Amino acid sequence: MDFTEVPVTSERKSKKKKSKKAGNKRMSEAENGESAGVEKKKSEEKMENGESSAAFPPTFSVSEIKNKQRRHMMFMKLKQEKRKQKLQLRKKKKKERAALGDKAPPKEVPKTIENQRVFDETTVDLEDEEIAFDEGTDEFSAYFNRLTNPQVLITTSDRPRGKTVRFCEQLASVIPNAHVYYRRGLALKKIIPQCVARNFTYLMVINEDRLVPNGLVLCHLPDGPTAHFKVSSVRLRKEIKRRGKDPTEHSPEVILNNFSTRLGHTIARLFAALFPQDPNFVGRQVATFHNQRDFIFFRFHRYIFKNEKKVGIQELGPRFTLKLRSLQKGTFDSKYGEYEWVLKRHEMDACRRKFQL
Amino acid sequence: MQHDDVIWDIIGNKQFCSFKVKTKSQNFCRNEFNITGLCNRSSCPLSNSQYATIREEKGQCFLYMKVIERAAFPARMWEKVKLSKNYEKALEQIDQNLIYWPRFIRHKCKQRFTKITQYLIRMRKLVLKRQRKLVPLSRKVESREKRKEEKALIAAQLDNAIEKELLERLKQGTYGDIYNFPVHAFDKALEQQDHESESESEEEEAEEEVEQREFVAEDEVEESDLSDFEDMNKLKTSSDEEEQESSEGEEQQEESSDEEEAGASTSKSAARGRKRRAFVEIEYEREVEPVSKSRDF
Repeated sequence: MDFTEVPVTSERKSKKKKSKKAGNKRMSEAENGESAGVEKKKSEEKMENGESSAAFPPTFSVSEIKNKQRRHMMFMKLKQEKRKQKLQLRKKKKKERAALGDKAPPKEVPKTIENQRVFDETTVDLEDEEIAFDEGTDEFSAYFNRLTNPQVLITTSDRPRGKTVRFCEQLASVIPNAHVYYRRGLALKKIIPQCVARNFTYLMVINEDRLVPNGLVLCHLPDGPTAHFKVSSVRLRKEIKRRGKDPTEHSPEVILNNFSTRLGHTIARLFAALFPQDPNFVGRQVATFHNQRDFIFFRFHRYIFKNEKKVGIQELGPRFTLKLRSLQKGTFDSKYGEYEWVLKRHEMDACRRKFQL
Repeated sequence: MQHDDVIWDIIGNKQFCSFKVKTKSQNFCRNEFNITGLCNRSSCPLSNSQYATIREEKGQCFLYMKVIERAAFPARMWEKVKLSKNYEKALEQIDQNLIYWPRFIRHKCKQRFTKITQYLIRMRKLVLKRQRKLVPLSRKVESREKRKEEKALIAAQLDNAIEKELLERLKQGTYGDIYNFPVHAFDKALEQQDHESESESEEEEAEEEVEQREFVAEDEVEESDLSDFEDMNKLKTSSDEEEQESSEGEEQQEESSDEEEAGASTSKSAARGRKRRAFVEIEYEREVEPVSKSRDF
């Protein structure tokens, strides 16, 4: 075997991304002591940076070994080597940092998905006039100008069972002015005008699948947008550990975290308008809608300020997570409604760092 | 020649009929032209050379008739008559067409026609009602979303976020006067002021030397107890008085007589005292004990 195949090796190397150079080096070292179960002969190349000229022998990758056990062993070794190297690098860095002491460069911030989030052009700037104008004249302006008091009607899909029924009841206890009505096979389009006539501001329909709530349609009533959510991880009061006593009738405060885009703002206002404008601080209850990576976590707590720097919270009511599936202008009309936003999995879920809310 | 009995003898009981479905109690016939659906001597379309059925196609009912004269022509064997959409008229049509036919077939045809119209009506009604749309879930997608949700939950650190938000609100004063410890907020504001105006530093030093003991004693009793006490009420009263002297001066000041400092200087010196507490942490106590000792004997 002549080792004159310089261009070939470089090509092969670029193709095989999995086997890193360092691994190859180590592997070839290790294999020197082994018996020749391997097809191709390998020899050292580019051992250190100084020897860069000797680009000759074709390196091989672990995936070319036909024997499964040996391949596996090689791979394990490769991994161990990599890990060792990483550890060494870390130790070195630590030592350097310790040596430099105060002059050490600041620690690098680890990359998180939130850090690396793709910039969304619809992010709301708090001072944007256009947005302020929009929000002043949209469907929620009536609520935010204190013209209406929220009245919520909670219902389910046909023939609710078990957990869904209890979930509805608990929701009704959390949201003030909420009433649960049994859905006797009525069509939503017929319910809506009746609700409007009785001055309800919200219609909440909880969809059930196999005994468990799994969808939520939230319809703001006079003309408002309809949001369809997927509900997951529902925990009723019984299932929450270390919980407090049942919530009282006081209106809770509302916390809305991390809604940054236009869409997020709309949804946040949708949630905010569920609760009465003036919370009862005496009740010390707070309902939180926290958006993280397009999942909206709902929690209901009772808080107490121990001193001005510490607050204790105790979870009360039900908890669940929502994921927005679609937002439709106007009241519920799945066929002919105008959809402002629909979750399209192939487009929107393709990038891990891109979020909509 | 058509030998019905022979045919029935063979397929009915003894040998195989591909349309027959056997169950424990009954035999069914899967032939499309069967009028009752059961496997009987009188219902079997293969072993009856004179036969009639009703069949429905896209909401339209047809009467199919088979007579022995056409038994040799399988392509033309079944005569198809379209029935009127009006129920009574259709029944009359059936009667007319099957005028001299055996009672059984006439009766069963009409029964079948009735049933068919009934289910057609029901279908039309159902279409108008709400239709349930079944959306299939993809297992992969669901498990992916579940995992993402778990990770998002961990990243969210909900409790911390909520606590932070609540403390922010407290600082900004959305709770108004309900909670009576704006201590730190006030002091921080003060400290900022002092940092800005450095001319007061000399005065501060002078003040420190003169009123050192009193300030420190006062503050440190309060501060150390603040963190220990569980019962906020007691705390509030003692801290209230001190603070509201300095800040608002609204409530009654029981201990005001003990403290000779004016409001402004209290706060300043309190700030100073707090600043210096970092360095000196000796507690000075007022001596109350000797009085009690003398009493006890």
